[in-house]
Amino acid sequence: MIRSHVLICGGTGCTSSGSVALRDKLADELKAKGLEEEIKIVMTGCFGLCALGPIMIVYPEGTFYSQVTADDIPEIVEEHLLKGRIVERLVYNDQAAAAEEATASLSETQFYKKQKRVALRNCGVINPEAIDEYIAMDGYFALAKAVKEMTPEDVINTILASGLRGRGGGGFPTGRKWQFARASVSDKKYVVCNADEGDPGAFMDRSVLEGDPHALIEAMAIAAYAIGADEGWVYVRAEYPIAVRRLSIAIEQAREYGLLGKNIFGSGFNFDLHIRLGAGAFVCGEETALLTSVEGNRGEPRPRPPFPAVKGLWGKPTIINNVETYANIAQIILKGADWFSSMGTEKSKGTKVFALGGKITNTGLVEVPMGTTLREIVEEIGGGVPNGKTFKAAQTGGPSGGCIPASLIDVPIDYDNLLEIGSMMGSGGLIVMDEDTCMVDLAKFFLEFTVDESCGKCAPCRIGTVRMLEILNKICDGNGEMEDLDKLEELANYIKSASLCGLGQTAPNPVLSTLRYFRDEYIAHIVDKKCPAGVCKKLLNYTIDPDKCKGCTLCARACPAGAITGKVKEVHVIDTAKCVKCGACMEKCKFGAISRK
Amino acid sequence: MKSLEELMAIKAKMQDKVAIRKGSGSTRIVVGMATCGIAAGARPVLNAFVEAVNEAGLTESVSVTQTGCIGICQYEPVVEVYAEGQEKVTYVKMTPEKAKTIIEKHIKGGKVVAEYTIGAAKA
Repeated sequence: MIRSHVLICGGTGCTSSGSVALRDKLADELKAKGLEEEIKIVMTGCFGLCALGPIMIVYPEGTFYSQVTADDIPEIVEEHLLKGRIVERLVYNDQAAAAEEATASLSETQFYKKQKRVALRNCGVINPEAIDEYIAMDGYFALAKAVKEMTPEDVINTILASGLRGRGGGGFPTGRKWQFARASVSDKKYVVCNADEGDPGAFMDRSVLEGDPHALIEAMAIAAYAIGADEGWVYVRAEYPIAVRRLSIAIEQAREYGLLGKNIFGSGFNFDLHIRLGAGAFVCGEETALLTSVEGNRGEPRPRPPFPAVKGLWGKPTIINNVETYANIAQIILKGADWFSSMGTEKSKGTKVFALGGKITNTGLVEVPMGTTLREIVEEIGGGVPNGKTFKAAQTGGPSGGCIPASLIDVPIDYDNLLEIGSMMGSGGLIVMDEDTCMVDLAKFFLEFTVDESCGKCAPCRIGTVRMLEILNKICDGNGEMEDLDKLEELANYIKSASLCGLGQTAPNPVLSTLRYFRDEYIAHIVDKKCPAGVCKKLLNYTIDPDKCKGCTLCARACPAGAITGKVKEVHVIDTAKCVKCGACMEKCKFGAISRK
Repeated sequence: MKSLEELMAIKAKMQDKVAIRKGSGSTRIVVGMATCGIAAGARPVLNAFVEAVNEAGLTESVSVTQTGCIGICQYEPVVEVYAEGQEKVTYVKMTPEKAKTIIEKHIKGGKVVAEYTIGAAKA
């Protein structure tokens, strides 16, 4: 008889920090102690606190262990599982609660307390490879309810009334999309899932696929019933091997149970699902490019209209929603539109998952009600900026989004507020930056990404973004002129209005938003030829303070370019013409004599 | 899957198996599992409780956990029951049979099994 469950995170984050070895070691140890009949090991999806992986939770106590290594396993088995004594040194220690005792239970931590898990409700709770566990958590009951008790119109009206909007970035009302596809008359219709998660730093879709794949299958079946489709495709990146494997297992299990296939729940409704692997082109996250790629062609967008709801996959009416959007569907059907719309703000209902990255203590995934402020996410849930640095800005929406400066940290985050301040929700990547981040360099980083990822079909995006990048490089190299800022803005506006698809239409956003909030940094680069954050190499000068230099020669020996001269016990000098600005001298100097300006 | 009934049957079958992960129920049965407890036979007692709670279908409301030495080693195996709105009850010199009785009478019936408590043992 099982008396305790040990949950180990099997998400990509924890898998790379060694959770599989952890499971094997634990299994061996349980066997050696004769506990395998009493303790069950469950590999789950992501818990969200990826920075502290591998993560392990022991139930019924709910003890939350972080950064567990294989060497810790014998102690956990001996002390906790055998004798019931929590291994305090491994318990996740919440910094905010550090004054009190170590946080033993997951839900009490600062990281989880403010979260509201809807899309991620089963991630880190169930074994994603066991359909029965999903069913135990009310899985497939929404599908049963939809096909047995509701008409397709009822389903669409429920989704409409819930106020759910697309979580992939655009924020288009999901119910309206379904309505359009329902209204299109055709002998064949498709439902498609966009799992081509491409924003640097965003990984919520992967987490749902890895932690709760049946939630996607169930939602797509409900969507198919609503619009009158009988076939679906999941377009997922080949770079997500764990997600692909778990989804394949889930599809197989659903077929075995007759939850995919013919005559589901005896209702006469048929639905089956296929996976299509994407090769990792950013543009394939754009819906028309994605559909073209599913068809087997080169992933390039086409003009809309016709929208996919009218003419989509193989010319048939198609709806295409993102993974996180689907992950909300079953809950809305089960708990009702009112339950969902009671969360969030006036025009943005429900919750949103954010992937926290960059200069933040708790790197990972968080799900909060719409309208939560950036301050709550960064300072309370995220644990703030590490190393005593100050928060400078956060980038939302990845390469399509913009930055939110520290002055706007109390703005409630929802679709409309973000657009108003020049950013966008995007898929929910949230990259935190501190005083050491150069905003010009950041804009350049994202633009380099879009230049690389532009598919090349339309000129504004293909050529325009390259011209913008050239101007940014010029500014970072110290050759910028004030007219360049006007040129950047002019080009940006042309690219936004003339590009064929969302990639080009949003590519200038990082430049525009940094220009809006951090124009002074651009000016410092252009007029003063300085990089205030000390990032842009060509604008940096390393100098030695003669009063502090003791002539120890360490810097001269560290310099790879032979740019530092000076005799023992005499003041050293850097030849700026030879200096490659690598910073090696500064790291070596014990007297703080070298400065970078 | 041809009917909702089949789905409900799977859910019912699985419910007990995942309920443990929903965290502590309102009633906690804590078994002393330090060296003294284990030596005195706490392990079969713990397993008997887990089994009895499952059989009674109480996994949603009752959790069975372990703890270290309570300090009354001569009375091991010691089991403490924390029920909402009730004083903690300490049972001593436990056996698997006693565990079943406690689930029946105390957890389900709401009546403390006085003869197994520490008060009775001391008297």
